[in-house]
Amino acid sequence: METLAMHISNGIINGPVAAVFAALALAALTFCVLRGRRDLDDRLAPMAGLVAAFIFAVQMLNFPIFTAGVSGHLLGGALAAMLVGPWVGALCVAVVLIVQALIFGDGGVAMLGLNITNMALLGTAAAYLLIALLLRVLPRTPAGLAVTAFVAAMVSVVVASQGFVAQYWLGGTTDLGGNLAGLAGTMAGVHLLIGIGEGLITATTVLTVAKVRPDLVYALRSLRTPTTPAVPVAGGVR
Amino acid sequence: MGAGHGHVLYRESDSPVHRLPPEVKIVAMVVFTVAVVATPREAFWAFGAYALLVAAVAALARVGPRWLLSRALIELPFVLFAVALPFLGAGERVDVLGLRLSEDGLHGAWNILAKGTLGVLASLLLAATTTTRDLIVGLDRLRCPQVLTQIATFMLRYLDVLVGEARRMRVARISRGDDPRFLWQLRGFAAGIGALFLRAFERGERVYLAMLSRGYTGRMPAVWQGEGAASAGQWLVAATVPVVAASIAATAVVLT
Repeated sequence: METLAMHISNGIINGPVAAVFAALALAALTFCVLRGRRDLDDRLAPMAGLVAAFIFAVQMLNFPIFTAGVSGHLLGGALAAMLVGPWVGALCVAVVLIVQALIFGDGGVAMLGLNITNMALLGTAAAYLLIALLLRVLPRTPAGLAVTAFVAAMVSVVVASQGFVAQYWLGGTTDLGGNLAGLAGTMAGVHLLIGIGEGLITATTVLTVAKVRPDLVYALRSLRTPTTPAVPVAGGVR
Repeated sequence: MGAGHGHVLYRESDSPVHRLPPEVKIVAMVVFTVAVVATPREAFWAFGAYALLVAAVAALARVGPRWLLSRALIELPFVLFAVALPFLGAGERVDVLGLRLSEDGLHGAWNILAKGTLGVLASLLLAATTTTRDLIVGLDRLRCPQVLTQIATFMLRYLDVLVGEARRMRVARISRGDDPRFLWQLRGFAAGIGALFLRAFERGERVYLAMLSRGYTGRMPAVWQGEGAASAGQWLVAATVPVVAASIAATAVVLT
């Protein structure tokens, strides 16, 4: 289940760059924890857990590209941003990465900062910005929602893959010379294909949830008119 | 649903390493990995010393080399990247077995191979000796924010829910005359992925509400009861591994 493309292993990027990104990721995650704590209520807590579990399962689908020696997989950042919001969403993806690094050896522990920056922060941020923009521009129909989810998921995967290229440029342990552009191209092309798959999965999932339980879709909260009564959750009393 | 304590990589045993509190094992593993990554790649002897250290801990934990090495195969895809490096790398070329290879690329390949393998072995040892429940308790005791441990708890709990729901839906499809073979299974699966998510959510919500009604406040009971937290002695015992690793790394930095 090891992936180079997204889950950077120990020794691929040099120590100082990894340390800088670890500090960056730590600061950003602290901010997400502070903001996310406000969001995490009785309804969002199980949802966040399920989103994380879903992402965990989905990341097991791996597409190796043997010619370049890299591989990629689905990310789930857009799904998380859609269903639980950007702050808790980034935390969900980060938790998946931390658990994978600690007990599955997937992605080096010393490279966690890089991996979290790419997938949890860059991916989720790109997805949420697009979602916020597209939901305002596109018609408020199921089709509009599906297109939003699809585009956000696809772009977020490509953005995350370019994050790796940037990090390799900053601190790759082997000088690829002119091949760096090739790496960027391969990564972008491959992740565009993965992004299409990810977009389809995200769009179907979000669409189904939005149809049956619109109250569960975080991205739709701000758009809902206040007159619509929220669907009461059975026994949601502490 | 009685499971959820162990996971695929957990090895039931009662070794000294299993008995150590999870928080000291997590810290030891992270410090060890950082020391390995900080080691200059030219210090070949240092990586041999690290491998000996891993072997010693594995022996203490009664984890066999066969189990460890076969699980370490998950790093195979990135080994392929390492193999590609001597061909892709820039700079000085050297002749190896009649092939003109980049010297920098060869070093890079060795770097990824050695550091990656040691990192994977270290995390496999942690996984083999720590249950997921203990892992979260350990993270909580290390002052990991509660939001994170809560998400992690639910994630590990809901993985089983998700897998169980997927299995039930597959049985339901097959019993209604669907006969998927090979890749075509994916079609039925993809069509039902939204439903799978909803069903798993509603089941998971019930699990969550049941936990709330039994007094769950967002933390594992073992944490706030404060039982089994690491003593100073246990910290000292577990510190041996990272201290040895750090001194190897320091020596390697000085020597190269």
